[in-house]
Amino acid sequence: MMRGSKVAGARGAWRLTLVGGLALTMLAPEAWAQQPGRRRRGGGAEAAPIEITAEQTAQLTRIANDRKLNFDDLMAAAKTFMPSGRHDEYVLFASGGQSGQIFAIGVPSMRLLRSIAVFTPESWQGYGFGGDTDPVRERLRINGRDVQWGDTHHPALSETKGDYDGQFLFIGDKANARLGVIDLRDWETKQIVKNPLTLSSHGAAFVTPNTDYIIEGGQYPTTLGSSYAPISEYKEKYRGMVTMWKFDRMKGRIDESQSFALELPPYWQDLADAGKLASDGWFFVNSFNTEMATGGIEDGNPPFEAGASKRDMDYLHIVNWKKAEAAFKAGKAEMINGFPVLRLSTLASEGIMYFAPEPKSPHGVDVTPNGQYMVVAGKLDPHVTVYSMEKIKKAIADKAFSGTDDFGIPVLNFDAVMEAQVELGLGPLHTQFDDKGYAYTSLFLDSAVARWSLGGEYDALNDDRPWKLVQKTPVQYNIGHLCAAEGDTVSPDGRYLISMSKWSVDRFLPTGPLLPQNFQLLDIVEPGTTMPVIYDSPIGVGEPHYCQMIKADKLQTWTVYPEVGWDPHTQAISPNAPKSGQEGVTRNGSQVLVNMTAVRSHFVPEHVVVNEGDTVTWRITVVETAQDATHGFCIGGYNINLSMEPSEYLEFTFVADQPGTFPFYCTEFCSALHLEMAGYLYVKPKDAGAQAPAEGSEAVASGSK
Amino acid sequence: MSRFVRAIVGPRVPPAEFARRPVRYALPTLIFMAARVLLIVSIFFPYWHMELDAPQYPNGLFLTAYCNLLTGDVREIDGLNHYIGMRPLGEAAQFERAAAIYMIIAMFLLIEGAAFIHSKWAVLLAIPAITFPAGFYIDLFYWMRKFGMNLDPEAPLSSSVKPFVPTVIGEGGIGQFKTYAEWGTGYWLAVWAAGLIVVGFLFHMRAYRPLFKKMKAGALGA
Ligand SMILES: [Cu+2]
Repeated sequence: MMRGSKVAGARGAWRLTLVGGLALTMLAPEAWAQQPGRRRRGGGAEAAPIEITAEQTAQLTRIANDRKLNFDDLMAAAKTFMPSGRHDEYVLFASGGQSGQIFAIGVPSMRLLRSIAVFTPESWQGYGFGGDTDPVRERLRINGRDVQWGDTHHPALSETKGDYDGQFLFIGDKANARLGVIDLRDWETKQIVKNPLTLSSHGAAFVTPNTDYIIEGGQYPTTLGSSYAPISEYKEKYRGMVTMWKFDRMKGRIDESQSFALELPPYWQDLADAGKLASDGWFFVNSFNTEMATGGIEDGNPPFEAGASKRDMDYLHIVNWKKAEAAFKAGKAEMINGFPVLRLSTLASEGIMYFAPEPKSPHGVDVTPNGQYMVVAGKLDPHVTVYSMEKIKKAIADKAFSGTDDFGIPVLNFDAVMEAQVELGLGPLHTQFDDKGYAYTSLFLDSAVARWSLGGEYDALNDDRPWKLVQKTPVQYNIGHLCAAEGDTVSPDGRYLISMSKWSVDRFLPTGPLLPQNFQLLDIVEPGTTMPVIYDSPIGVGEPHYCQMIKADKLQTWTVYPEVGWDPHTQAISPNAPKSGQEGVTRNGSQVLVNMTAVRSHFVPEHVVVNEGDTVTWRITVVETAQDATHGFCIGGYNINLSMEPSEYLEFTFVADQPGTFPFYCTEFCSALHLEMAGYLYVKPKDAGAQAPAEGSEAVASGSK
Repeated sequence: MSRFVRAIVGPRVPPAEFARRPVRYALPTLIFMAARVLLIVSIFFPYWHMELDAPQYPNGLFLTAYCNLLTGDVREIDGLNHYIGMRPLGEAAQFERAAAIYMIIAMFLLIEGAAFIHSKWAVLLAIPAITFPAGFYIDLFYWMRKFGMNLDPEAPLSSSVKPFVPTVIGEGGIGQFKTYAEWGTGYWLAVWAAGLIVVGFLFHMRAYRPLFKKMKAGALGA
């Protein structure tokens, strides 16, 4: 058959489809088949633009008058109200103060989203209620003692290039000098590190621009290691410190072996901030009590509050952490209490640290978004003092020193490094920034937020003259920290501002003598002189200190653990997680292993029999993948309660030292048959020994399917 | 070629005749080829979808059936189904899913054969592919009915949910769920393939019937 080329072509194509088609079928990968189905619904529908009719205006006016609301109130409500199902634009991570927790709050609605247990056991999250060997309980132990609270002060979101990246959150415990690490994929605390050098740390947590280090600055000096030393040896033996905790982002953990501390004079170091951009590689720590007052009001000495406020100037600590890191890596640190410390002499000789005089007893030091300026708030001085990084670098190069302090640290000439002083009002504490060239400073005594204009390159961003107070908004009352949307990053959003008002006095219904704090939301979008308070939010748990506000879409939060059998401690599937069909109870001597699964609405097994004195290890896999299909698990009488989130794997161990019959049940209302999600633990008394199950790995009780 | 084989395979087109009317003779082959391609491609697309909507599942639950695979929120749906005593979905149509790819390959080869055979017997070879969409529908209905009608009487909700026949296509409901089921791209490709084969046979008839008649009359004897 030697026909026209058309025929040959048709035949060729024919064969090609045959061979190609068969090859394709062989390839038919399952991956292809994993495309999700279409979505008929889902996603909050955006409301169409509205027009308010005259009739609706009348209705609105009537309600406003009934409720005694003025127009500003209506505007505030309109700016903050979130309709059901609509998500907030920002998430505020606030310290929970002495509650040892962190609160996540939606902005602008100010709705509490949830708390995150860090230093304090919290039963809803099952944090610290997982039996005798709960790693959380181990984590909360200091020198063998259960320390079940923390004084959380400053949360710090992880940063990449000086901007929040939404991956991790850190927070310091002032009372015990600890740092907590929270993974923002599942919003759970993963690690707590204890500073071996000191017992109090206020300047934590602050991260360097790429989260290489987490800065923990001290507060009340002790000997390094907190050993006994009489106050008469204050100057010789007491020391301040700042610790650089190395963060391993891949592991999501602080690497203690790569961390080190800097010995500081026994001044009372206060807040810290890391430099960025123009000041990258540096960090700054405030101090007070450079008088080294030792108090003793009981002996007729001036109390700390007076003695520590005597001198007109204290020292801003200016630290080149890149040089410090190099010195540490070069082996120039000394081991104290098992922890590497760069001594003061090294800080001086290596040019690691300098002091700049600052008006007495300041509180916050905050670096502007471009890293060029350090704003030191006066506390006892009505000014903020602004230092220039350019001038600091020049003064160091020119050796423009007025001398050294008693510990050999060079003190830079105040006039050589100071850029501006701006009078704001009484009790300036902390400063945040927006995107329009303004800074915002809390005024504790004035109970106000001050908006003032920055100079330098910021001058071009607004019409106000540089370094000038522009506006003050009263807040209620005694504002401590404040927080603007991403207002301590390299790119603030200039949206919302939170006044963390310490006293609420008359703002809410009376709650007994203990009153909530007041988180007040200020709208700072309008330039110039308008900066109204638009929401009051009572915080009835602890006394929060600092908070940070991150754009919600930066958070890559898991809605469900990635795979069934997930261990949140390792963020991986646990090899120990029992699968469906592997449930049962096995014994090895007096060690009993319970393999359990939980799914709506039953546990497998439902009966577990052990002997008094057995050590029981209980493993549970939550065989659920639906969002919010959370179960709980409690054994009353044994102080056990777990939060069992979808796909999670949990393990706990306890000694069955209390004979009896113990119902266990699901503590989350998981389903219509939630109450039926229960079972019994039987602990046979010792004297009923004859009935005890034989040793070996035989099943003694099992509700296998 | 024996007379018998020739009667089944049909006449070959003489080269001169093909050269005179290439479109007439190539067309059925090309249409069958297109049908075969569609059938193969359909393997990669879902045959059937079901969405289940309930208040506590604001984004819905989804089932997606490929010819050889059931995916989507199977675990969640199985979890819910245990309350009414329905068997796990993975137990349904196990043989069909395991055999589907081979069946489609077989259909592919049979259509190739149909293009080669120039007699009415070609239709026989194409019957599986032509009836495949209908067969898929019947099989789906069979399994859904079987699962819906055979609920475990010991299940927690057996007193409130009685055996039922789930809706295979269109809107249905069970408990607080509304269900929406529709055919997927893969199914429509299979339907198109079946349609093309039927159309192909019209051209097949036009091209080869005259030749076949002539052959019978001995005009084209080898
Ligand atoms: Cu439950």
